[in-house]
Amino acid sequence: MSHRIVILGAGTGGTLTANRLRRHYAPDAATITVVDQDDRHVYQPGLLFLPFGLTHAEDIVRPRARQLHDGIEYRQSAVDHVDVETARVHLADGSELAYDVLVVATGARLVPEETEGLVWGDDVATFYDLEQAVALERRLARLDEGELVVNVVDLPIKCPVAPLEFCFLADWYLTDRGVRDRVNITYVTPLDGAFTKPTASAALSSMLEEKGIRLVTEFNTGEVVAPADGESGRLVSYDEREVPFDLAVVIPLHGGATWVGRSEGLGDELDFVPTDPRTLQSQAAPNIFAIGDATNVPASKAGSVTHFEGEVLVGNVIRFLAGEELDAGYDGHANCFIETGFGKALLIDFNYETEPVGGHFPGRVGVPLLKESRLNHLGKLMFQWFYWHALLPGRDLPGIGPEMPTAGKHLSGG
Amino acid sequence: MATKTVAGTTVDVNDEGFFTDPDQWNEAMAPELAAAEGIDELTDRHWTVLRFVRNEFAEKGTGPTVRVLGKTSGVSVKELYQLFPKGPAKIAARIAGIPKPRGCI
Repeated sequence: MSHRIVILGAGTGGTLTANRLRRHYAPDAATITVVDQDDRHVYQPGLLFLPFGLTHAEDIVRPRARQLHDGIEYRQSAVDHVDVETARVHLADGSELAYDVLVVATGARLVPEETEGLVWGDDVATFYDLEQAVALERRLARLDEGELVVNVVDLPIKCPVAPLEFCFLADWYLTDRGVRDRVNITYVTPLDGAFTKPTASAALSSMLEEKGIRLVTEFNTGEVVAPADGESGRLVSYDEREVPFDLAVVIPLHGGATWVGRSEGLGDELDFVPTDPRTLQSQAAPNIFAIGDATNVPASKAGSVTHFEGEVLVGNVIRFLAGEELDAGYDGHANCFIETGFGKALLIDFNYETEPVGGHFPGRVGVPLLKESRLNHLGKLMFQWFYWHALLPGRDLPGIGPEMPTAGKHLSGG
Repeated sequence: MATKTVAGTTVDVNDEGFFTDPDQWNEAMAPELAAAEGIDELTDRHWTVLRFVRNEFAEKGTGPTVRVLGKTSGVSVKELYQLFPKGPAKIAARIAGIPKPRGCI
């Protein structure tokens, strides 16, 4: 009997899952159907570089369908909801798809409307969306003086290091334009430090300080007031503190896809899918799996996480369809290049148990961890090639597996 | 692991003052825990949040974040900050005797 596999979402997770599964199953052993609402696959790490003119929209967008191997059916439609009980996907175009296994890969959605006064405009911008990132490039080019504020409203967000990288790149960009001494940069976060994990947080805090970027912590944004009538704008926290701005770059609240909320028993309060952090099987039903930003697993919402999850998830879909026991093999491995400006970057590598520390990656000889270098910057640039040509097609990257390596790391207490 | 004495009973807490064993908590401890957070009187609205937080922990193994509280407890985020000014998720967790909410990644 031929297995019916339906994958919702053709971003990083959905595409690599489909391609790996297609390679595993003979054409008559499984039908693989991938659904997405548009045909625009955005290389999301590129969004960080757009506002600074370091990349362009046409360089980071490709058609979704073209990233899928032959023998995978692509359906372009929004999803209305999934009926978990009857194992059917109801598409917005009225048609239905029955499945033996469903993979949820519809990512995270920006919900600025959940924050009072947060409306994108001339002086309130974001780079977490293609159109807004393009608009921000034009706005930044006109920023010659005043207060630039970068604000994370609340976690979880995609790529939790990106807002810090934005600060570092803005410092470089404004220096380059000769106006850095007339623009203050302030990073405003709900966390009690620059980052979530202690060692990396300390390292990143001192980098902010070295670059003269101010840090405001434990700030829970309740309202955004845009500049008007010659008065500067301000972020107002729930405990009634204020941070004034001329240009605010805001990372809004995130939620899961809206169709998850319409699917009874599938999602949590924020429309993310409660998922076993080791096997990536959903808690809603044994024949539903979830990957990447769409899950609620306690790992960063980042492409590297999705990539490492992919190998474990694909193995488990195959085991499930064969009636075998699942492998609890995902360890929370994440691996992020952090752009620090002036042609340098640092690398962090961590998992559920191990926070990012110093050392080298992937072994004792390798690129430095938690330390700025030009090599890491080149690594970040090269990654885009890797993404389209190795990661999405589902090829294994030599030396970089789903399990976090420990050989080169400075770990205390073994 | 540290201990402290609340309402005449010794309980286990971590270095940030969160209970490590929610079963050691009872409602009689709440006023004293609240006073230590600068909250002089626990109103019915406080109790709505505290009971909600206890239930969430029992069901899910972690306390809710502010955002989830605002969506599901029946108390808006704005009011949550009026009730627990220094950070509703953390303060309510301390007074309700549950471990620190995981939430942030």
